[in-house]
Amino acid sequence: MSEQPKFTVKIDQNKFLPEGGREVHAIVSVEATAEGGAAAAPSSAKASEVIIIDTSGSMSYPDTKLRAAVKAAQVAIDTLRDGVEFAVIAGSNTASMVYPQHGGLVAADTQSRQKAKRALNGLKASGGTAIGSWLRLADELFDDDQGGIRHAILLTDGKNQHETPEELDAVLFRCGGRFVCDCRGVGTDWEVAELRKVASALLGSVDIVADPAGLVADFQAMTEAAMGKAVADVALRVWTPQTASLRFVKQVMPSVEDLTGKRVESAPQAGDYPLGAWGAESRDYHICVEIPPGDIGKELRAAWVKLVVPGAPGEEAQVLATGNVLAQWTDDEAQSTRINPRVAHYTGQAELASVIQEGLQARKDGDFDTATARLGRAVVLADEAGNDAITAMLRKVVDVVDPATGTVRLKRNVDKADEMELDTRSSKTVRTRKDETLTTPRPDKH
Amino acid sequence: MTDDENGADPIAAKAAELSCPSCGEMVYPGEIFCEECGHRVADAPPAEQAGTGAQEGRPDATVRRSSSSSGRGRAAARPCPGCGGTAIGADGYCETCGLRQPAERDHVEIELPAAGGGNGARPVIAAGASDRGRRYPRNEDALAIAAHSAGVAAVVADGVGSSQRPEDASRAAADTGAAELVALLDSGEDPEDATRGAALSAAAAVAALATSPSDAPSCTYVSAVTRGPAVTVGWIGDSRVYWLSADGAVDPGEDGAREPAPDEADPDAAEVSTGDMAELGPSRRLTEDDSWAAFMVAQGSLTEAEAEAHPNAHVITAWLGADAGQVSPHVATFRPAGPGTLLVCSDGLWNYFPAARDIAALLAAGPGAGAVNGAGGPAPDPGHDPAADPLGVARALVRHALDAGGRDNITVAVIPLPSPTAPQSRIHESTPQSTEQPR
Repeated sequence: MSEQPKFTVKIDQNKFLPEGGREVHAIVSVEATAEGGAAAAPSSAKASEVIIIDTSGSMSYPDTKLRAAVKAAQVAIDTLRDGVEFAVIAGSNTASMVYPQHGGLVAADTQSRQKAKRALNGLKASGGTAIGSWLRLADELFDDDQGGIRHAILLTDGKNQHETPEELDAVLFRCGGRFVCDCRGVGTDWEVAELRKVASALLGSVDIVADPAGLVADFQAMTEAAMGKAVADVALRVWTPQTASLRFVKQVMPSVEDLTGKRVESAPQAGDYPLGAWGAESRDYHICVEIPPGDIGKELRAAWVKLVVPGAPGEEAQVLATGNVLAQWTDDEAQSTRINPRVAHYTGQAELASVIQEGLQARKDGDFDTATARLGRAVVLADEAGNDAITAMLRKVVDVVDPATGTVRLKRNVDKADEMELDTRSSKTVRTRKDETLTTPRPDKH
Repeated sequence: MTDDENGADPIAAKAAELSCPSCGEMVYPGEIFCEECGHRVADAPPAEQAGTGAQEGRPDATVRRSSSSSGRGRAAARPCPGCGGTAIGADGYCETCGLRQPAERDHVEIELPAAGGGNGARPVIAAGASDRGRRYPRNEDALAIAAHSAGVAAVVADGVGSSQRPEDASRAAADTGAAELVALLDSGEDPEDATRGAALSAAAAVAALATSPSDAPSCTYVSAVTRGPAVTVGWIGDSRVYWLSADGAVDPGEDGAREPAPDEADPDAAEVSTGDMAELGPSRRLTEDDSWAAFMVAQGSLTEAEAEAHPNAHVITAWLGADAGQVSPHVATFRPAGPGTLLVCSDGLWNYFPAARDIAALLAAGPGAGAVNGAGGPAPDPGHDPAADPLGVARALVRHALDAGGRDNITVAVIPLPSPTAPQSRIHESTPQSTEQPR
């Protein structure tokens, strides 16, 4: 599709507050549909892609890891559509160019794909892991290619041992918002929290590929998704009343991602939360605004949510879609006590992600009481949310005694890959149980 | 309303040169509704954007202006009543504090001056005020006042809160009712036939708003027309007309004791058009509610006080709307024996002041009765003399209801009798213009 997708913003909330009420919650659903409904049509938007393959020494233990990574990268290159500017980086203590040899990006065509794939075949594994240096090189490559959709794939198998956390943070700070990076950990020797931090900062996904054999399919899917993006650098612009404070902005679908700290002041009483690139897809956000209580009957716009493509400095942002989060005080308890089902659903899943991560950390730290309590709570929440994937993963880590009360026993022997998979995927959400609340009638807007 | 009169309203005519804001079909001067889709065009957010002040484009605005001078005093940009900010978004929320700005319809005032040219002040022959109240987020009452060739017609409609879009229902009912009353009376119809015909037209207009059985906007309806010495009222639901005698006498039937006034002992008398019109002496109510409460009282099952205290008190037994079934308006005609005032109102007023004596007492209490006019209108004097200042009286009564709690929307129309100056018949040259000013 050459046309920009059509964006819609939908707000789910109960706008009614009791007398004295001050906290407003809303789920903001942003959906982009390809013009003409051809959801799977490849985008023709200008795009560039950098593939980063870990070539530290551990990648050859066993050697199948490196061979699978090479094969996956080759499939990714085949998946690039003609004209996409791309490069391949090998990462160890430092980053080095695999293709093209001397830096820069090359437009994908039959010849360049061949050359890149051949270069990949020559990769050898040696040295350590310094992810920050890899990302810095990627950033430099993207630098030559202004505008368009900029996407990177990062594959690693180990901990970031050959640079300090501060060095990595500095690079993440510099690269944040400049390109999107999907991160993959292969094997079980990498650090979930570390890779999650990288993915979060670069607005990408994080996942585990425990078995190197799974890399090919995964790389292909990631590249296809990147090729489907049609708009780069979309942001959620949230206006709030002067007297209000924005408590949080979280992505809650397809995964839980707290965006609160990513705010960039953009207009009077408004801040932008970068969302990265969009294709034909939908994502949901949970926002919470605190406002001073008003008189019964009074109605307020508690937040004005706009999906924007921020303009260059001095330029107006392009507004793709807008929605209102409202607040109205009422003395009718039937109205003010009603909880919007989608708000409840995502509140539960955000809690689910955090109790899983806390539970697994406690387990690692030897605090088994906390681990049991948190993971037990997770079992209840996953069941409530209808998040069957998480339920299945939890059952590999705990024995469930009573799913209703969340009574569980920690399993004595847990496969490392299962534990890492649960940790990595803890923030993945499901939209709704049977999609029931998508048709929830809105409160009348009078 | 001027835009209901013969297409004489310049704004309505101007808007009509454009297309329907809903479906885009061309609409013609004088049309209140789009012929294509039924969208209200006379009441649409103003089609012309220039020069109508800061409130244009507000989706729920009822922007109606006449060319007469008194409706023009409003400042171009009213600051937000919440924070004083002056930046108001196109959709009606303050860009500083977020407050939804009061809709034009939140507080509406209408004055109908007597006919007659010249630059001199023309006496006001009828006036009304309608207010959102303190508890409801919007005003679902509607008010229309118009002059016909030999008197005044006023309609009040109160949207049924449990229906969909009740504010659309009441608007359609009031505007259609008033327009039809004028048209029928001016074409020579008998006032009772005109009252009945207008009520049925209003009922049809409201029923036409329904898009499905579950979406049936509905409302009450009450009209009052004066013609010469006679007064004709018509109603469906629980909006009311009172007669307030200028001499302060109150009908004993209204005196705390229940039950229809003596001349209503035969409940059918009021509904049959007879040459014998009832004489109006002391102050009294002229309508009988179509309500559960009134039914229970009429049955003798409950006293009026018991009925009004009951949770069902406000359940009405007749209304306008697609789900209303056969609508049969009640119609009654009276002949005032002396000077007085017709008061047409919604239950937002009479909930607090149910008996004619209660309302008469408010007016008798005079200017010092605590009715502080905060509306910022040109006449800050809180009215108590309907003949001298009908709008002042309407405002004062609305204020009393607000002070008493303002739980519901409040609408009051005031028609002094005899009319300070009867409008002339030459309506086409000098159609009296009503003026409506938001607070």
